[in-house]
Amino acid sequence: MSPTNRTVVVTGIGATTPLGGDVASTWEGLIAGRSGVKPLEQDWAADQAVRIAAPVAVEPTEVIPRPQARRLDRSAQFALVAAKEAWADAGFEAKAGEDPAVDPDRLGAVIASGIGGVTTLLDQYDVLKEKGVRRVSPHTVPMLMPNSPSANVGLAVGARAGVHTPVSACASGAEAIGYAIEMIRTGRADVVVAGGTEAAIHPLPIAAFGNMMAMSKNNDDPQGASRPYDTARDGFVLGEGAGVVVLESAEHAAKRGARVYAEAVGQGISADAHDIVQPEPEGRGISHALQNLLERTDLDPAEIVHVNAHATSTPAGDIAELKALRKVFGDDADHFAVSATKSMTGHLLGGAGGVETVATVLALYHRVAPPTINVENLDPEAEANADVVRGEARKLPVDGRIAALNDSFGFGGHNVVLAFRTI
Amino acid sequence: MAATQEEIVAGLAEIVNEIAGIPVEDVQLDKSFTDDLDVDSLSMVEVVVAAEERFDVKIPDEDVKNLKTVGDATDYILKHQG
Repeated sequence: MSPTNRTVVVTGIGATTPLGGDVASTWEGLIAGRSGVKPLEQDWAADQAVRIAAPVAVEPTEVIPRPQARRLDRSAQFALVAAKEAWADAGFEAKAGEDPAVDPDRLGAVIASGIGGVTTLLDQYDVLKEKGVRRVSPHTVPMLMPNSPSANVGLAVGARAGVHTPVSACASGAEAIGYAIEMIRTGRADVVVAGGTEAAIHPLPIAAFGNMMAMSKNNDDPQGASRPYDTARDGFVLGEGAGVVVLESAEHAAKRGARVYAEAVGQGISADAHDIVQPEPEGRGISHALQNLLERTDLDPAEIVHVNAHATSTPAGDIAELKALRKVFGDDADHFAVSATKSMTGHLLGGAGGVETVATVLALYHRVAPPTINVENLDPEAEANADVVRGEARKLPVDGRIAALNDSFGFGGHNVVLAFRTI
Repeated sequence: MAATQEEIVAGLAEIVNEIAGIPVEDVQLDKSFTDDLDVDSLSMVEVVVAAEERFDVKIPDEDVKNLKTVGDATDYILKHQG
């Protein structure tokens, strides 16, 4: 099929996050300004420099039958929970084909994580060392492979148009959704289940991120530790969970009478080519991604009223992003209500782009921007460049078409900006 | 002390329940692991390893393919248990 330029819409959303086991509870937590960060009570946490994290509110094993759960890495469990919610939310009653509303040959799945099945890998290495070769689970490989969440979601919904797993650290979830938008736009698929997942609350990632000085060590105040834009921010708080959306061509959605949350306008992509982990301090790469978005789509900056920022609560990263928004959008940035939802969910790494896309789409749908919590002393450089939604949720304009951005950036210098707007 | 046929079937039933979620009462001598009990090839490896540990028996990979039913496995364990 020759390339087309089809309109893509969001027709289903699903999530399991530190704030709740589904979208409704997650959204309620986001709007209420609730923190999902807790002290790590496990024995292994005692000698870690970082002893806080944002675990999921509902264990996936409470939802997934045990025989299925035990052969899925935790990251795939999260993805499956979120994907099933999104699939049902989109109005599908069974997997593709069994539900005649979607043709399996025209259905894709694109689910990403930043680290893959790291807990399976490390746990099975412990089994190998402690119990020997024979006891290593035969499910280890299909559990730890980074494409496992995507493949398992693809199996669950019956996706035959293609199952993909872009990997770009903390931009992975957003890159997956961007990839899915292109699959539909160019005619490869009519419906794609897309999002991000991560399950990395384990002693090794905690020690490793901690030793990079990337994480907050505010162990005495877990709920106040993730504080994007505050002058006392000292790094991110590791979260876990998944966010998944059902994307669909506008034509396909209209034909089956689906509810549409928002239009997925498109994506802007760039790479920093600056440093393997440090953000470029002036946000040059981010600016390129934003410009790329404007060149590739018909997004009107005058319509943008909200940005779900990447803002992880690191000293350099938070400001670089706001500088880029100001540089590219100029005075239009005055009407961007900027929210850093990681202040509540922590940083879900590859899951962030998925969960924050769900939050961005709902912000447009309900016309309300979630707050950034824990901003007691707003960084003057943030104040100079952006209108940060602090403390409480803020209503967005009630009339006319409005648009929002969801930014995600990853170690390696990956920048992905997704744009959505009301229909 | 060697396990009896009854004890072996009960033990296999617990293992299959843990791995495949099949009710223990459904695990009978004439049941096929793959066709009746939702035990696919990877899960069969898990069943074998768990049975080896439980009944102090070695089941080499080349013998696993002959264990089609719970009865096959029970007979094998009865014959080879330590």
